[in-house]
Amino acid sequence: MSAMSNFAETVVPNADVEPVLSVRDLKTSFLTSKGWVEIVKGISFDIGPRETLAVVGESGSGKSVTALSIMRLLDPEMSRVDGSVKLAGRELLKLSPGEMRNIRGRQMGMIFQEAMTSLNPLQTVGQQIAEVLSIHGLYSGQAALKEAERLLDRVRIPGAASRLKDYPHSLSGGMRQRVMIAMALACKPKLLIADEPTTALDVTIQAQILQLIKQLQQEEGMGVLFITHDMGVVAEVADRTVVMLQGKAVEADSTEVIFERAENPYTRALIAAVPKLGQGSQKGPQHFPILDRKTGTIVTGRERPDTVRHDAEPVLRVKDLTKRFDIPGGLFSGPSGRVHAVEKVSFDLRAGETLSLVGESGCGKSTTGRAIMRLIEPQSGEVSIEGTDIRALDKERMRDMRRHIQMIFQDPYASLNPRINIGEAIAEPFLTHKLGTRQQAREKAMDLLERVGLSPDMASRFPAQFSGGQRQRICIARALSLEPKVIVADESVSALDVSIKAQVVNLMMDLQEQFGLSYLFISHDMAVVERISHQVAVMYLGEIVEKGPVAAVFGNPQHPYTKRLMAAVPVPDPARRKQLRPVSNDEVKSPIRPVDYVPPQRDYREISPGHIVQAWGDDWKV
Amino acid sequence: MARYLLLRLGDAIPTLFLVLTLVFIAMRILPGDPALAALGDGALPEQLADFRERMGLNVPLWQQYFNFLGGVLTLDFGRSLLTNTPVLQLIGQNLPYTIELTLAAMLMGIVAGIPLGVMAATNRNKAPDGGMRIFSLIGYAIPDFFLGAILLITFALNLGWFPINGAGSDFVSRLHHLFLPALTLAFVKAAFLGRLTRTSLLEVLGKDYVRTARAKGAKENRVIYKHGLRNAMLPISTGLGLSLLSTLSGSVAVELVFNRPGIGRLLIDAIAQRDYAVIQGGVLVFAGFVVLINLLMDLVYVVVDPRVRVK
Amino acid sequence: MSVIAEETPRVPPAEPGFFTKARKILLGRPETAFATGMIVVFIFIAIFAPVLAPYDPLAQSVIKINRLPSQENWLGTDQFGRDVLSRLIYGSRNSLLFGFISPVLAALFGTMLGVVAGYFGGIVDRLISRVIDLLLAFPELLLAILIAAVLGGGFWNIIAVITVAFIPGFARVARAQTLSVKQEPYVEAAIATGVRTPVIIVRHIIPNIMAPIVALMTLWVASAIRIEASLSFLGIGTRPPNPSWGNIIRDGLNSLFGSPWPIIGAGIAITLVVLSFNLVGDAIRDALDPSTAR
Repeated sequence: MSAMSNFAETVVPNADVEPVLSVRDLKTSFLTSKGWVEIVKGISFDIGPRETLAVVGESGSGKSVTALSIMRLLDPEMSRVDGSVKLAGRELLKLSPGEMRNIRGRQMGMIFQEAMTSLNPLQTVGQQIAEVLSIHGLYSGQAALKEAERLLDRVRIPGAASRLKDYPHSLSGGMRQRVMIAMALACKPKLLIADEPTTALDVTIQAQILQLIKQLQQEEGMGVLFITHDMGVVAEVADRTVVMLQGKAVEADSTEVIFERAENPYTRALIAAVPKLGQGSQKGPQHFPILDRKTGTIVTGRERPDTVRHDAEPVLRVKDLTKRFDIPGGLFSGPSGRVHAVEKVSFDLRAGETLSLVGESGCGKSTTGRAIMRLIEPQSGEVSIEGTDIRALDKERMRDMRRHIQMIFQDPYASLNPRINIGEAIAEPFLTHKLGTRQQAREKAMDLLERVGLSPDMASRFPAQFSGGQRQRICIARALSLEPKVIVADESVSALDVSIKAQVVNLMMDLQEQFGLSYLFISHDMAVVERISHQVAVMYLGEIVEKGPVAAVFGNPQHPYTKRLMAAVPVPDPARRKQLRPVSNDEVKSPIRPVDYVPPQRDYREISPGHIVQAWGDDWKV
Repeated sequence: MARYLLLRLGDAIPTLFLVLTLVFIAMRILPGDPALAALGDGALPEQLADFRERMGLNVPLWQQYFNFLGGVLTLDFGRSLLTNTPVLQLIGQNLPYTIELTLAAMLMGIVAGIPLGVMAATNRNKAPDGGMRIFSLIGYAIPDFFLGAILLITFALNLGWFPINGAGSDFVSRLHHLFLPALTLAFVKAAFLGRLTRTSLLEVLGKDYVRTARAKGAKENRVIYKHGLRNAMLPISTGLGLSLLSTLSGSVAVELVFNRPGIGRLLIDAIAQRDYAVIQGGVLVFAGFVVLINLLMDLVYVVVDPRVRVK
Repeated sequence: MSVIAEETPRVPPAEPGFFTKARKILLGRPETAFATGMIVVFIFIAIFAPVLAPYDPLAQSVIKINRLPSQENWLGTDQFGRDVLSRLIYGSRNSLLFGFISPVLAALFGTMLGVVAGYFGGIVDRLISRVIDLLLAFPELLLAILIAAVLGGGFWNIIAVITVAFIPGFARVARAQTLSVKQEPYVEAAIATGVRTPVIIVRHIIPNIMAPIVALMTLWVASAIRIEASLSFLGIGTRPPNPSWGNIIRDGLNSLFGSPWPIIGAGIAITLVVLSFNLVGDAIRDALDPSTAR
């Protein structure tokens, strides 16, 4: 550690210009039941005018606490902040609460990860923006509302005048974040602090918000402190970058330098987790490079053999799968609308193959997975496992069939019954299907624990004693106990931190090799999809709009939606930062239709072997 | 919004029918033979027959049910078995006293409880908070009839500052009679509302949008009242509805302690005298209040929470 | 030292045993320890009432009516010349009995109803929910008064009245908990592996909804004691001459110009017991079900 922390203590942007924000040796401690615990252990950096500094790190690295310490928004009775924070030369840590209030909102604005919970649900958008103006005495009454309207317009909210009277709950996630930005920038602050502002948003909306922040920064000339966990976003926005790990800065430099020749292995691991979209190999799924924690070097995975059984019949065949949900109307009327969650989805999955379903929230990818599992009953279509249509099976035969297709869920903390020890949890499916005696089940559980990289003697522990990544390994072991042919993985690694994610994905690939498993991998995370998949299918409003080999779809996207999605994914190329890319300002459309809606007949064409694209209609012609 | 109100009103009608049906089941079916239940085991056969005749119990059950519904809808609750006074008239005589007691208690409870709760929440873990905790612990534990009895013995009986029974006639004497009973109920209410306000306000003050307000540079008072208390009013207004109902149920015992007229007294006396028709009338009045107050709570929610309005 | 977030298996300290945990909950804070002590004392008094009571609680005496406290009768006598202290001691049996029996019964029935409604949904759920919602609109005390008005007093009737008044509350909690646990991926995982419905309910649902139910149960011991006292005070609970704290106060008020000591003694007893169970109930709730902690 000591050798690594000896990089230049602070990186000064430009010695001639006074920095907007200058942080020196910032230390923050929290009062816990065990006394004072230091969360931020001495961070230093400067931010110049018109400059963006990113602070990157995984959960628990102290990056958000750093931001809140600078704003002095931490509870003074539960926390302690030491060091120096200078805003335009003025020391903030020594100001009285009253003086600090005059600075917050006036000279520094802040936006947060959850725009929904960060807006007051009982006040209109207009009132909330006007409030900051009147607090700082810039405008009041009607003039403040007028200015709020102008600000909404500036953050590119269509129909600003009519939006003023809206309450936050009637806005989409992207719109709420725009409102937050309008509020933070209302008084033209010198500094904007953005704490994971796009983490909760879909990737196309993320691109819009990042674009907006960049544009406004150029127009207003403010400095931006950008907190994120995503190196792709860093490459998109940051001039300089500080990488945080466990409360310390392990690396700080200009973003270009960091991406070109980061010294710290942790930084390099973070960068390796960013998707390269289309520049990936043609050789099929490849392991994530993993850091060896003893030597500090990156271990690139060995070459993987081709696991796909090209000759055999597909193990899973889905044809015209359709699932619609009625939206209940009034007491005596019928449904008021219908969600076309999954609309005539078809694909084949061969033994040893991974097919990824990608798309943004509400596109129907998870519903597809659950309908295939018959956790919800689809309206129509066919789901065949090795030639048997499982939709036709009665309850008993379905129960037997479940042996062949298993599921891993998103939230590792909720996927295990907290009151059953993990040995029993892994053995339960085995015993349910009476595949052997209790003794055999126990041996099986031990064996599986070992195979997923845990120790067999952990079998008697309870889920609470494991971390998120470990729990996901346990869930994989549980799914494997029935020796299934297909595993549906629904956002299974999305909740994990970057480095843990890489390890679990690598494990899944190893297991595919060992057992000849097929994965239906449902994810919004392009980096993971790019690594793990043979085939990818892009879903939009319940339909597959494009599918084919990963290299073909990502390298040569055809459908306008796929193109938009690809353009929105942040890539690890800081050079692209300077350009303002054309980003559509569209909202993600809703799959809610009138009750009498009849979906159009779709045509597909083949671009290259296996690469199939849906013919698109007029609504995509710009 | 108007549509929502209509929907809620429409929803209250089946609820009302369900309540009436439950009351009917409780009164006619559960006790076995209501005539026997009303007159006691020692009743003579001709007394029982006469009772059934008078109460309309000698027709088939379904017919009794419709007669019952019809009676309730036309506000015909029958006549008292003892005095032959129409039950509706008895209710009319007693209801104002119960209402004035309940409202006075609520008013005193709100005026004391909510500020106490705000004080406790904004001085968390300090003296006012500790005081609030002790007050709420006692308020949650002490039975209202015991508190009432102590107040009665001390201030009415021994010190003679207040009358020991009745409800008074002219305005001033009514207030004079009202004070102790209302104070009794208000004490418990203030404890409940104080604790509720403290909890709700503390929860709201931990929300992200309160942090946003601080990030805007808002002053503490503005943060606490405009963003904090305003949002905390949602759970508090639900609590107000609940405590209105529990004040109503507490009024039964308090009317007994202070020997005041009221619906609670009417019901309890009727039970003691096995006055079947009056019991039914009293039960219906309380049940009606419950349905009405719940409806009002829903309406209040529409006013305070914009999120409900759109639905 | 490594900087890499390779996961190291965390081994937190072993879960403390049941008794260690119980001791920590019940004796953790001073006020909870006091409450636990009070409850133990009252249970002791209830069990050994015949030994502790100086007189027969029902024995009347025409010559010592409405006496103030004396060496002979520590809390004086009531209007029938019965020893107040003895009546209070026997009254504790009534209170604690109702306090324990009704919440347990209500928890049993309420949980059953709630789990069935929550797990199976559909028309059964709508029917049960409708009735539960309706009954929940009534404060428990009012519901108890109204039911008792119809049924009349007496031991089994009071048990039934309080139990019925509590069932909707338990059913609502059980239903809501079942609905949320049913959504948990571990239940879906069990369905996906083909585990049968009864097994899912017994093994995966019920153990995971018990914490709030148990917490509610302990809090409602206090409510049950209060309601029994109220009903007895109103004359629709424990039938005289059997002593109950509620009807001791009722008798005390009926002879207002006699001794105030029956009222004071019984009132303080109710307040202390209810306060103690509230404190212990809060502590158990905070420990078992932190999500609803106040």
